Amino acid sequence: MSNTKETINISRRSFVEKSATAAAALTIAPGVILNQVHAKPADEAVTSAKRWGILIDTDKCGKGCNDCVTACHEENGIASHGRPLTDQVWIRKVKLRDKLTQNVVSLPMMCQHCENPPCVDVCPTGASFKREDGIVLVDRHICIGCRYCMMACPYKARSFAHEVVDNQRDYQPRGKGTVESCTMCVHRVDEDGTPACVEACSKAEHGAMIFGDMKDPESNISKALVKHGGTQIRADLGLNTGVRYRGI
Amino acid sequence: MKKIQLQPIDGNSSGYLGLLALLGAFIAAGMGSFYYMETNGHWVTGMDNQVVWGMPHVFAVFLIVAASGALNVASISSVFNKKVYKPLAPLSTLVAIALLVGGLMILVLDLGRPDRLIVAMTYYNFKSIFAWNMILYNGFFVIVGIYAWFMLDRTMKQYSRYAGIAAFVWRLALTTGTGSIFGFLVARTGYDMAMMAPMFIIMSFSFGLAIFILVLLASYNWTGRELGDAIVMRLRKLLGIFVMAVLYFVVVYHISNLYATEHHGFEKFMLLGENGGEKYSNIFWIGQILIGSLVPLAMIYAPAVARCRRTLAMACALVIFGGLAQMYTIIIGGQAYPLDIFPGMEVLESGFNDGIVSQYSATMPEILLGLGGFATALIVIALGVKVLGFLPATLADSVTDPHAKAE
Repeated sequence: MSNTKETINISRRSFVEKSATAAAALTIAPGVILNQVHAKPADEAVTSAKRWGILIDTDKCGKGCNDCVTACHEENGIASHGRPLTDQVWIRKVKLRDKLTQNVVSLPMMCQHCENPPCVDVCPTGASFKREDGIVLVDRHICIGCRYCMMACPYKARSFAHEVVDNQRDYQPRGKGTVESCTMCVHRVDEDGTPACVEACSKAEHGAMIFGDMKDPESNISKALVKHGGTQIRADLGLNTGVRYRGI
Repeated sequence: MKKIQLQPIDGNSSGYLGLLALLGAFIAAGMGSFYYMETNGHWVTGMDNQVVWGMPHVFAVFLIVAASGALNVASISSVFNKKVYKPLAPLSTLVAIALLVGGLMILVLDLGRPDRLIVAMTYYNFKSIFAWNMILYNGFFVIVGIYAWFMLDRTMKQYSRYAGIAAFVWRLALTTGTGSIFGFLVARTGYDMAMMAPMFIIMSFSFGLAIFILVLLASYNWTGRELGDAIVMRLRKLLGIFVMAVLYFVVVYHISNLYATEHHGFEKFMLLGENGGEKYSNIFWIGQILIGSLVPLAMIYAPAVARCRRTLAMACALVIFGGLAQMYTIIIGGQAYPLDIFPGMEVLESGFNDGIVSQYSATMPEILLGLGGFATALIVIALGVKVLGFLPATLADSVTDPHAKAE
């Protein structure tokens, strides 16, 4: 996957702009451009026809680059309180060395959006849930803050809001005393967008992250997975993750 | 056996009122701690995003497990038809309910959103063992309550055995559920073992009985009622057997782990204190095994102090201490040991403390909340023996077991 253009985000335009474009296009050339407008109407249910996923190429991931983390936290309004142990972390960079081969890799680690998520299994109220399209979320209106999902997650992908949450985004309601994690930027995805981390990786010209529908054989991620494969972290757990890696 | 008469305690003495005041002070301190943690958020505690369950859980799970075990005496009398324990069965139900109240209080007040308790009661994910536990806990109150009622109501007495059997089955399910909270955590090296469930059951026998014996000794001593050796010696021996049974399970648990290569790191951490596990290893060997198991066993079985009540009380206190140490090693130690997210890889750098042992130190509010839960359980018992009068007027040998010449 050397062609970084494949990962270039085509949906950075705002929803309004897209809607206007779509309206104009429908007026001018109905049937010609229709297929380019995918934004899902808000009242349309998410279906299992799609399975959103991210493929991360650790060979391309910039060692020392933290752009995906910065972009994620900026996008979702995650601010540090200056207390690293209790600050929320939705995505982190990890540098690893293979104990046998001594090969060093760098990769971003976040919610792996499992098909069989342990966090969803253990959540007593159903606040942890998986959408039909594979995105794992926390309904922070019914999360009681028991933190059992944090105990169960094999990837340590979740954080607890240990103090009052400031700097909230309209599209990302959060609150003290509840658990949160990567949403795969669901607010963007539902409007045909790309997660902020993937976008930042492209912008930094690493192109290490490909986002897309793993059920669509024509998507960039599917083509890359067919061609190169993709490893699951802790595949032994049989969780069938939506985030896959190359080079580990 | 002569007819046993249950009699409320007077509850007017300065000692009794002083006890209530002392327990009330602990409860007030617990409530203050809760308020402090709730208004500031959990960052003021020792818990963080690595060790998400802290000291409150150690106390809470201990009390919940002990609650089930405190029902031992009632179970033995009803289910296994041992008449000698019958007079103590109502007290046994009271202690069981009280301990569960205390444990659940801590658990709820440590939630991130305790105000959403109603959500926890109305939204159920039936795949979650936590959700099942909420049903098991609530059901325990109802079933044990009915059991106590049947035992004391002359018109319902004939059904008390059935209620006792139901309560016995329910308490086994409850402790199975509590152990499974940990047993079902597949990704954590220290948990992920079906044996957690039976181990928690046997732990409940030991911890619950230790608390029950202490309550019994204290209440008879302080009220000046007669408590014969016949019953005390039986309970003493029973406690010894339970402490040994817990030890057996602990040995099997670690041997099972030692057999699996992937768990060797955890065992070195817990048993040998390697890789940053010194604290947990010390708590395990000194707190849980030595002070919490071997010393009380010696106190229970040493012939020279075989009838010494003070020694028995001390042994019970040590079993409780050992139980808390065991909960600490399981709950905190299990979390402190790093998750093996990248098998075969060494973590060189991480933005989220991957691959390193997490540091946890309980803060005062957490400890006070835990002690507040303990005090709540004890105050429920203290008020219960006054209001409900579950304490037999006498447990002299001549009453409980005329044949036993105190062995």
